Amino acid sequence: MSRVSSFLLRRRGGTRWDWTDVFTWFWLIGGFILMFGPAAWLVNSSFKTPAALAEFPPTLLPYVTELVQVDGYDNALPLYEVTDENGDARVLAEVRRIGIVAQMVDPANPQEIIKVSIQDRTPRRTVSFATENYVEPLVANDFLRYLWNSVFVTVMATIITLLTNSMAAFALSKYQFRGRSTVMMLIVATLMVPLSVIIVPLYSVISAMGLFNSLWGVILPTVATPTGVFMLRQYMLTIPDELIDAARMDKASEWQIYWRIVLPLTAPALAVLAIFSVVWRWNDFLWPLIVLSRRELYTLQVGLNTYAGELNVQWHFILAMTVVTMIPVVLVFIFLQRFITTGIAGAGLK
Amino acid sequence: MTAQANTSIARRAGAIIMAPVALLARAFDPPLRMLQKFGGTNVMAAFFLAPNMLIFGVFVLFPLAVNIAYSMTGGNALFLTNREFVGLDQYERLFDCGNYLDRQTCREDLFWTAVWNTSSFVVLQVSLMVGVALVTALVLNRDLKARSFWRAVFFFPVLLSPVVVGLIWRWILQRQGLLNFGLYELGFEPVNWLVERNWAFAAAVGVSVWAHVGFYALILLAGLQAIPKELYEAAEMDGTKPGRVFWRITLPLLMPNLLVVLVLTLIRAVQIFDEVYVLTGGGPGTSTLFLTQYIYEVGFASHLRNPGLASAASILMGLVLIVLTLFQLGIVRRNDRRGGK
Repeated sequence: MSRVSSFLLRRRGGTRWDWTDVFTWFWLIGGFILMFGPAAWLVNSSFKTPAALAEFPPTLLPYVTELVQVDGYDNALPLYEVTDENGDARVLAEVRRIGIVAQMVDPANPQEIIKVSIQDRTPRRTVSFATENYVEPLVANDFLRYLWNSVFVTVMATIITLLTNSMAAFALSKYQFRGRSTVMMLIVATLMVPLSVIIVPLYSVISAMGLFNSLWGVILPTVATPTGVFMLRQYMLTIPDELIDAARMDKASEWQIYWRIVLPLTAPALAVLAIFSVVWRWNDFLWPLIVLSRRELYTLQVGLNTYAGELNVQWHFILAMTVVTMIPVVLVFIFLQRFITTGIAGAGLK
Repeated sequence: MTAQANTSIARRAGAIIMAPVALLARAFDPPLRMLQKFGGTNVMAAFFLAPNMLIFGVFVLFPLAVNIAYSMTGGNALFLTNREFVGLDQYERLFDCGNYLDRQTCREDLFWTAVWNTSSFVVLQVSLMVGVALVTALVLNRDLKARSFWRAVFFFPVLLSPVVVGLIWRWILQRQGLLNFGLYELGFEPVNWLVERNWAFAAAVGVSVWAHVGFYALILLAGLQAIPKELYEAAEMDGTKPGRVFWRITLPLLMPNLLVVLVLTLIRAVQIFDEVYVLTGGGPGTSTLFLTQYIYEVGFASHLRNPGLASAASILMGLVLIVLTLFQLGIVRRNDRRGGK
């Protein structure tokens, strides 16, 4: 035993554990629970029926009371384990409950009604995943529509962002022209202007263009990201100008130089920007909330907020739809997280 | 082998998807060649800049300029041309107070409540955020196995949408939620987290730290890793105590990154809105009503609607943000001059 513990507690270099090591592990494990725990609890809860969600204390697994079909009764009856005075245990189905007395039947012998005090019985439960929490809002409510709107906004905005930002970055890195530094200054300046400062006039611009209550009204104001222009420009500056001069000698047009030489060489930076853009646009909330007022145009985030804001909150649907909203971002986290973290550590951007 | 097969499949799929795009790009070429022939390189530069700058201009620069004019108008009309000019009335209204020490006496007491809440939020959240981010970065900078895994752990909530963050915590903090169950198991009285004013405010602070701390820890970690190892080796050889190493080497050399993080958290904290809005809706009462929500509600909610007033408030907030951003740019420039990160 002591060998096991000394193996586990062994440290590189043979030094002893001090309080900083203990603290490090406390912080890491505490962080692990705190960072993943809430999301895990959300996923776990999303598979419970409304009855199971209302239970206190909450259970770890999604239990439902077992039901049984009994001859002579139209509805399926819930099963209970009943202990009688002699201490014998039986499994009975509940017909109805009056005060603290339940009228129960033996499923094998449904003619005889047995009266049982509700203190003497416990529901018989099995684990069952309430997948209807997912299916119902997607099919019966508008969530499939919201999902589609979110996908549309995210994909379109990302494509336009990649195109316009890379074109601007190309001009700003590979051409010498008057006013280049002014344009750069202008882009720097827009970094200072968060959406919340311009929402009121931006709303009137969108309305004047007839883009109120239109997904394009959500997409267009977000696509010219200063961060994207910056990132791509920095990357394109590392592409040697000789390459472009050589292409010009070969009578390539400027458009061809951009499209066939510079763009493919910028692929790594474009990929990082694409990941960022997908996460940004998928998660956008305030602007879609203002632009979209018709239900069928809501994005997932707005739809979810609307459902959660209703007087009678249907938590079982909301939890499940929150999980759906989380899925793309979790996929990005699992597969592409290192690109983002290195991107941030390198450039300090978000 | 399989990995290679996968990439070749991916590449082929990519080529198929890109085929129409490539065709489109080729179709663009002849007219653009004409443009290049008649206009020269400068026109081409303008062409490449145009889409991005047009969108910038229409959706950022123009609204920004209009916002100043907008804040000097009154009434409920949407378009600037239909609005009546009122000079600085909206600003006067915001600053119209009987007694500047008591926000209840102000005409727009809601605005001052939002200002007060935002200020307290900024102070609490920024200090907590920088503290937790610093400790996390220091922990992650130790000689850990699987550091990238642990780094990812703290980064996970950063990617979640504010709506998801708000709902996750609403579910945990509700009266019969997981947190109260934990308290109950430990023998404490359950707390109605989102219904009691001070707890709701604390929850807003805590949840926003939870959601963003991984991002700042990452920046600080990059700063820590840029500190030359030789300094620590030299300190160890001199037998310097760890505490002294932290105060004399780590902290001074991390200061540039720490300042960047400080200003970034400040800028973000001033604008706090979405996750708190989903979590508490600004309530209970107005205890978690922040500036952005005030602007949003005065600008768009029907019962309070006064776009000119919202616009004036947003300009005041913008001024604070511009000061903070200039401060940040100053720090970055100074760091660059010193040859640091």
